[in-house]
Amino acid sequence: MNLTLHVWRQVDAGAPGRLVRYEARDVSPDMSFLEMLDVVNEGLIEKGEDPIAFDHDCREGICGSCGVMINGSAHGPMAGTATCQLHMRSFKDGDKIVIEPWRARAFPVLRDLIVDRSPLDRIIQAGGFVSIATGNAPDAHTILVPKQDAESAMDAAQCIGCGACVAACPNASAMLFTAAKVSHLGLLPQGQPERDRRALGMVTQMDLEGFGGCTNYGECTTACPKEISLETIARMNRDFRVATFRARPESAGAGSS
Amino acid sequence: MSIDLNAKSPAGPLAQAWEQYKFDLKLVNPANKRKHTVLIVGSGLAGGSAAATLGELGYNVHCFCYQDSPRRAHSIAAQGGINAAKNYPNDGDSVWRLFYDTVKGGDFRSREANVYRLAQVSVNIIDQCVAQGVPFAREYGGLLANRSFGGAQVSRTFYARGQTGQQLLLGAYSALERQIAAGKVTMHARSEMLDLIVIDGQARGIVTRDMVTGKIETWFGDAVVLGTGGYGNVFYLSTNAKGCNVTAAYRAYKRGAAFANPCFTQIHPTCIPVAGDHQSKLTLMSESLRNDGRVWVPKKSGDHRAPGDIPEAERDYFLERKYPSFGNLAPRDISSRSAKEVCDEGRGVGPGGRGVYLDFAEAIGRLGEDTIRERYGNLFEMYERITDENPYKVPMRIYPAVHYTMGGLWVDYNLMGTIAGLFVIGEANFSDHGANRLGASALMQGLADGYFVLPYTIGNYIATHKLAAVDAAHPAARAVVDQVADRIARLLAVKGTRTVDSFHRELGLLLWENCGMARNAEGLQTALARIPELRAEFWRDVKVLGTGEELNQSLEKAGRVADYMEFAELMCRDALAREESCGGHFRTEYQTADGEAKRDDERFSHVAAWEYTGDETPPVRHIEPLEFENIQLATRSYK
Repeated sequence: MNLTLHVWRQVDAGAPGRLVRYEARDVSPDMSFLEMLDVVNEGLIEKGEDPIAFDHDCREGICGSCGVMINGSAHGPMAGTATCQLHMRSFKDGDKIVIEPWRARAFPVLRDLIVDRSPLDRIIQAGGFVSIATGNAPDAHTILVPKQDAESAMDAAQCIGCGACVAACPNASAMLFTAAKVSHLGLLPQGQPERDRRALGMVTQMDLEGFGGCTNYGECTTACPKEISLETIARMNRDFRVATFRARPESAGAGSS
Repeated sequence: MSIDLNAKSPAGPLAQAWEQYKFDLKLVNPANKRKHTVLIVGSGLAGGSAAATLGELGYNVHCFCYQDSPRRAHSIAAQGGINAAKNYPNDGDSVWRLFYDTVKGGDFRSREANVYRLAQVSVNIIDQCVAQGVPFAREYGGLLANRSFGGAQVSRTFYARGQTGQQLLLGAYSALERQIAAGKVTMHARSEMLDLIVIDGQARGIVTRDMVTGKIETWFGDAVVLGTGGYGNVFYLSTNAKGCNVTAAYRAYKRGAAFANPCFTQIHPTCIPVAGDHQSKLTLMSESLRNDGRVWVPKKSGDHRAPGDIPEAERDYFLERKYPSFGNLAPRDISSRSAKEVCDEGRGVGPGGRGVYLDFAEAIGRLGEDTIRERYGNLFEMYERITDENPYKVPMRIYPAVHYTMGGLWVDYNLMGTIAGLFVIGEANFSDHGANRLGASALMQGLADGYFVLPYTIGNYIATHKLAAVDAAHPAARAVVDQVADRIARLLAVKGTRTVDSFHRELGLLLWENCGMARNAEGLQTALARIPELRAEFWRDVKVLGTGEELNQSLEKAGRVADYMEFAELMCRDALAREESCGGHFRTEYQTADGEAKRDDERFSHVAAWEYTGDETPPVRHIEPLEFENIQLATRSYK
């Protein structure tokens, strides 16, 4: 099939960008979306034009490197699917496809379709871990985890950190990303000792990075390639509120009881 | 120049060796650790866990990765699981059995002492990961669940659905991010190591390129650790991530680190077959699927009926037939080769006839679709997304693909290479898997090296070496920087007509044909004649647009492919010199009457470690003899 692409081109973070039209010819329905871009790029290089820069790595939907807006949808039209796993059979001959980078103030464009997602790492640094140093661990079977809790934790832990939730959100909020980690650890016994400070730290960092607030649009979960549930956000909000209340007496003077 | 291949394996009984060895290692005083800097390249299970652990211990760590975040390293894509000798299922597992299975699985081409230590620390890994909050699969009672994997008759594999690598990596990543927040680790994402700086015979620094600005930078420390993964992408098509590359390891080789067993590559039996010329990578379907899936092809060649129309009596379940005691869970090398054989006989299925069925009908009938969905749901979905076929209804089609490389930089028991102060961990080293890696053992090795081995051995190195301060003004460092800059300028100056990818594809195909699942002297010589020509064409005709001072993905690829063009030759040389079949290295000249690999322990019970001697002179093959004091060398049989 033949397609018309309108691709966002931008040389670097400081330069203005614009949509540029390209024709993609003889696209096979078995190609992945990124393979289609590969073919376009090979053609551009042969013509002496700069290829389109885009992030990608594993190409099996798990590393979270890739992700573009496809006709206004983060990762394109297929539910629960990262851009690299979207195949061209989701499109038909003659389609016009607009391809843009993630749009969020917290994610500046580095070049073309590549954005800087380092704020997500800094949110994790603010508490997305269990503070246990190597070698400190007790035997694995001393920690019992009910199967259902392990499954729910895994549902949240699947987040690939691609940033689609931010891109899809009209407020460019990183709530789903943050909530996925808060939920994953909050659902497990290992995560309990630091549950309060985790929720407080990560939410505070999320705000500091310039992400917007959550107003329950739910676009994030629709765009999420791992279909992380909105329930995680409810859970994080609860943890955050509880932590805020519990934090008060401590700040009023620990030890005075 | 000569290289020292002293493995430094401790003497005495295996079971106590590592404990005693650790006791004998010199320590760095806690207050002094912060005065020592360690450079770690790679942030996967090996590099990420090492960086976190060394940061926790108090060292000053710099960690580098080419991705935009350390969480994206390709360990994340490992699906099936991680082995550990916990014996939780009470089915007869032990450290000794995991050790034995790994040595046997590697076709007796690995070092006993290293493998035994790996099996020992495997149990600590599970404890560590559980404590970090890795959501492993659980039984109803709240205990950890296990499943079985290829090459083993016990269930010792721990898993988190089909995303075990992701969960383990995110565990290591979270530990790493904690150390970054604590100021103990400085992370350099979107940074690619382009060379190693060796001063007075010691690895003291690296040269990196900032992949956003193009800036060439130097970094110095007391030791350099490479956790840079394998070189499977030399074949162009592999299950590796697109960015995986041999550059860091190969640059270290060219600076004096011996490269061991480069011909030992693993072709994984269960991948989705190639769909067309546009194919950019191959996707693995976890080996765990072989727990419930049955592998078969039609008995008759040229049978193009739909799988459902082929009656039971006309199907050949060839793994169950040939290897009744392991059946569909025969090791990877054997399963791959068997699939190739039936396809070579014209019995392959799917477009092009390069595929075999992996059929779940029997398991779905026995266990119900829900159970199968619970076990493998995400894999089935991935399969359907890629192929547009529903594996609950029709059998999957699979074919072997390049997956893992057992070869890598040579290391001793301390995981140190032949350059002092250069440590190599995870897939980037050669040490534990011999000529064939068993499933679920790569995650185990990466984390063993990073969490539990390197942090001890690197301390001993730092404690026993007094190192002078060095910086970018050192003549040796300046020379390396000049060479790196010159190479980038040369790549940009060619301004030829062919894209980097077109060269990479051609090289990959040449290797797949001649140094893939089956090799022989004639094919290897063909490849060895063609590779230098192709390399010359590359440097004469490659087309890399743009400049070095910007985000330039073509330039990144060009640098990596330029290294593959040289490395491919080393691989073929190694394959040619090893005149035996073992594990994943199958030389068609050396096989038994029934087509099994025929080892030659008299002549080849050794590690081949290659020394670089210059671009114009052939590399020298050195030998580290393998001594088996605890395991009886035997013909590997899974029948």
